[in-house]
Amino acid sequence: MAKKPQIAADTRPWRDPSATPFVRIRNITKKFGDVAAVHDVSLDIYKSELFCLLGGSGSGKSTLLRMLAGFETPTSGTIEIDGQDMTHVAPYNRPVNMMFQSYALFPHMNVEQNIAYGLKRDGLPKAEITDRVAELLTLVKLQDYGARKPHQLSGGQRQRVALARALAKRPKLLLLDEPLGALDKKLREETQFELVKIQETLGVTFIVVTHDQEEAMSLATRIGVMNQGEIAMIGEPTDIYEFPNSKFVAGFIGSVNMVEGVVTEDEPGHVRIRSSELGCDIYVGHGVDCAPDQTLSWAIRPEKLMLSRDRPASPFDANVTHGIVEDIGYLGDMSVYQVLLDSGKRLRVTQTNTVRGNPDAITWDEPVYLTWNDTSGSVLTV
Amino acid sequence: MTTAHQPSFPPPRRLKPWKAVERGLAKVGISGKALVLIAPVLWLVIFFLIPLAVVFGISLATKQFGRPPYSPLLTTEEGTVQLTLHLNNYIKLFSDNLYVAAYLSSIRIAAISTVITLIVGYPMAYAIARAPDPWRNVLLMLVVLPFFTSFLLRIYALTGFMRGNGLINQFLGLFGIEPLVMMQTDFAVYVGLIYSYLPFMILPLYTTLVKLDVSLIEASADLGSRPWQTFLSITLPLSLPGVLAGSLLVFIPAVGEYVIPALLGGPETLMIGRVLWDEFFGGTNWPRASAVAVAMLAVVVVPIMLLQKAQNAVVEK
Repeated sequence: MAKKPQIAADTRPWRDPSATPFVRIRNITKKFGDVAAVHDVSLDIYKSELFCLLGGSGSGKSTLLRMLAGFETPTSGTIEIDGQDMTHVAPYNRPVNMMFQSYALFPHMNVEQNIAYGLKRDGLPKAEITDRVAELLTLVKLQDYGARKPHQLSGGQRQRVALARALAKRPKLLLLDEPLGALDKKLREETQFELVKIQETLGVTFIVVTHDQEEAMSLATRIGVMNQGEIAMIGEPTDIYEFPNSKFVAGFIGSVNMVEGVVTEDEPGHVRIRSSELGCDIYVGHGVDCAPDQTLSWAIRPEKLMLSRDRPASPFDANVTHGIVEDIGYLGDMSVYQVLLDSGKRLRVTQTNTVRGNPDAITWDEPVYLTWNDTSGSVLTV
Repeated sequence: MTTAHQPSFPPPRRLKPWKAVERGLAKVGISGKALVLIAPVLWLVIFFLIPLAVVFGISLATKQFGRPPYSPLLTTEEGTVQLTLHLNNYIKLFSDNLYVAAYLSSIRIAAISTVITLIVGYPMAYAIARAPDPWRNVLLMLVVLPFFTSFLLRIYALTGFMRGNGLINQFLGLFGIEPLVMMQTDFAVYVGLIYSYLPFMILPLYTTLVKLDVSLIEASADLGSRPWQTFLSITLPLSLPGVLAGSLLVFIPAVGEYVIPALLGGPETLMIGRVLWDEFFGGTNWPRASAVAVAMLAVVVVPIMLLQKAQNAVVEK
């Protein structure tokens, strides 16, 4: 696998091997009957992180979150929060709060009562509860809505009440189950940044479950991609996108072109892969853990491919192939080209529309050359 | 005649028959919605309001021998129509201690039965609502199953349990315990009422509890509530409509219950249903019996209407 660039002034605790994680999930398995919803998951999450669990439906991400909240008991494994074993602690005794996907606002209480609910349970003095509720209402910009009942609020307002209620007890760890799932696109984008801002202001550790990769990419400090009850990859958004560790992760996040090939040269400094699907050799400018004659996959993102009418230079006698533009999808900011290669394989290429109404743009049925840098693609053995 | 080269005309624009009816009705100011409402309203008028009016009318007559066994309200004498209203039946209700005592005793017995049914029925309804899917319908079926047997038969069957040499006493006899006197006591009446009306409590409670979002209960636990706190502050308040509906469904028929006190109760079990029966069939005093019935309606309906108004106010708030 490729080495990711290291940033000199690194403040990210997960890159520091001596840092102690805030949440330690050790070999957690949860079975419903014979089916393992979560299988042998181990995960460390650090203080003040905004960690996203990303996966499709049935990937086990929600079950994992519910085990952190205490609503499900793991079949095996342990959960440690802030150095304390929480595996079998009841939800009402955990220093953890959850924001529910359905918001789960109490319909018979108004906004203030909803937010104060957890504080009353803690037996806080009345004056302090009033102050804290007012503070939270300001935080989520709902100062004038304290007396409203949940059904008198819009979806976005309900979402913010749910957030305020979950933050009221100043939990060490906040769990958010699809926090933006019920909002429309425009509102979701606004709320996304607000959520990050609140998280940074309060310094609370957030664990967010989502199926929306865009949401995960823009929110998270790190992402855990889940597939069929297991963690497929843990990493920063750029790692996940640019350096996927498997075909599943590469295909799950964003769009990707994937081809098969056979290793013909396996050197410490480079690898050459012959791909009949692509109709050319692939020259990879770094060492890869593989063997000669091994069949493997190579993945490249559509924006890493370059289109041209003229044959580009190919320094390694590789990384150039040829095809015909079959279809163009104009998205405004960019265009998506579907190029049919001579082998019959179709590649997706995106190009940013930097020139306004470019009359000389590559168009339908034009023969084109495709090229890419020797470090643009990912070699995937699993 | 073949249709091969007949030009195809668009179908003539004819008014569909129900449209014509609708338009006709609309002209006299009746909409389709009103039409749908007419059927139940007619039903209620014919089978509820008119009989009620008849009963009310009879309650204002006096007992007399003959057919019908009460005096007519309207009499024609020398060309004038005379309306005679006797209020002495109602006066008697208040002046005769028997009636007042019977009302109070009925309300007491019904109220106690309602509270016990609620206490017994709530956990059952809750368990059914939270049972795994395939079980839920089976359990509900079991709740409704007694209705497949005649009510009278089931009450008789209870005597088999509670009489002097009944099953319960036989069982106690095994341990050398003296037979208990259960039949012809208030205890037997309570057993009968609670047993018979339990499904009417469970079903409305079930319908509100099954709709209760589990995530609300989880949210409450998440915010630090122990299970009993969650029950008192979330589950119970949100199931109040079911509690109210179930309580009314038990309380109202229990107040006027006749069969259970007659079969299981003793002479000292005073309930208004029995008084009413005795007036009708023992004394053949229809006007008095009608007055008792009308008063019972007032006793039961007025507080219920107030209660429902209060409930609506709570819901709207």
